[in-house]
Amino acid sequence: MSQIITKHKIQVLNQEQEFLCPSGITLLVGMETINSHCIDVGCRGGGCGVCKIKVINGSFLSKRMSKAHITDEDLQKGVVLACRIFPTSDLKIEVLHSPTSKQVIV
Amino acid sequence: MKKGVMRPGHVQIRVLDMEEALTHYRDLVGLIEMDRDDQGRVYLKAWSEIDKFSVVLREADEPGLDFFAFKCIDVATVDSRRSELIKYGCNVEDIPAGDLKDCGRRVQFDTPTGHTFELYASKEQTGKWGINPVNPEAWPEGLKGMKAVRFDHALLYGPNIDGSTEIFTDILGFDLAEQVLTADGTRIASFLTCSSKAHDVAFIECPELGKFHHASFLLETWDDVLRAADLISMRDVSIDIGPTRHGLTHGKTIYFFDPSGNRTEVFCGGDYHYPDHPTITWQEEQLGKAIFYHDRVLNERFLTVLT
Repeated sequence: MSQIITKHKIQVLNQEQEFLCPSGITLLVGMETINSHCIDVGCRGGGCGVCKIKVINGSFLSKRMSKAHITDEDLQKGVVLACRIFPTSDLKIEVLHSPTSKQVIV
Repeated sequence: MKKGVMRPGHVQIRVLDMEEALTHYRDLVGLIEMDRDDQGRVYLKAWSEIDKFSVVLREADEPGLDFFAFKCIDVATVDSRRSELIKYGCNVEDIPAGDLKDCGRRVQFDTPTGHTFELYASKEQTGKWGINPVNPEAWPEGLKGMKAVRFDHALLYGPNIDGSTEIFTDILGFDLAEQVLTADGTRIASFLTCSSKAHDVAFIECPELGKFHHASFLLETWDDVLRAADLISMRDVSIDIGPTRHGLTHGKTIYFFDPSGNRTEVFCGGDYHYPDHPTITWQEEQLGKAIFYHDRVLNERFLTVLT
């Protein structure tokens, strides 16, 4: 029995890129699957904050994210971690790489 | 000089979802679930450990490390180290026996890197899991996943690693087995041991306080590390890097993430250290090779992805 997989179009507005994200996987893993690098990849578990984005338009389901990186206020503004959201419609997003993700140790 | 601090005893790690975390630490890494408490914390151990637990998981809204504890040879050692830590200027707190199940009184202290450590002297000894102490077999049957042998060490990131290094060498009696120095002699990494292992705790300099890089578990062979990598693919677990070899300590390693984004290492082999051995130095310009000996390039994720 074949399973129908819906694909949602993810438009990354501030990177002028778009890709199709299959339903049932996170936006970040969807991006990695097609070998795009428009969002930085960190832990993929909602912990490190590297893949922070803002959802401008569209719907998604999400899993718990570290409060150290995503506050309740962020959530209300659509600021989320790409590794913890599952698109349920086409999405328009912006990448918000946190300054700490670019720190070098010295 | 050894000052009675014997070995890593336990880490308490914060996770976003306990059941997901257990699929990682218990079913994948292969730790054994030993107990739970009324705060919802779950206690685990690797099979070869004598004490009842070495990993405590606590559900929270922010992953990372609560504390890293070292077991001391006796209570007198805990008390004398406690006095020295207070004199040095650390914030010290006494945690009563039983706060962690079946664990004696713990002395908690902070370090300049923003981490909380503990010293304690007693914990229930349940013995090696599945192994009779008389005429013991080589290994127990029924282990899961990667079949981790023991909790080995942790790597922590924070500012002023020289301050934390001084506490571990001067007060706790650790040796500085390896370090990374910049061209002007600034230390940016410290690998410290209280045993003959290459490291029991390590620090890397970073501006943010109290960051957790990884907890590491020992495997027996390189083939076990490859099989760990197979399991990571088979179960679609978030991979970081490896299998490869470190320059620092020369351990053979693979890094991956728990479902809350805390990094885990499993490794085998590597160097050893005795108290008369001089500190090994890596130069910063060789940092890529020091961290990942085969790639020999700086890996940004290793340096910046932390909980």
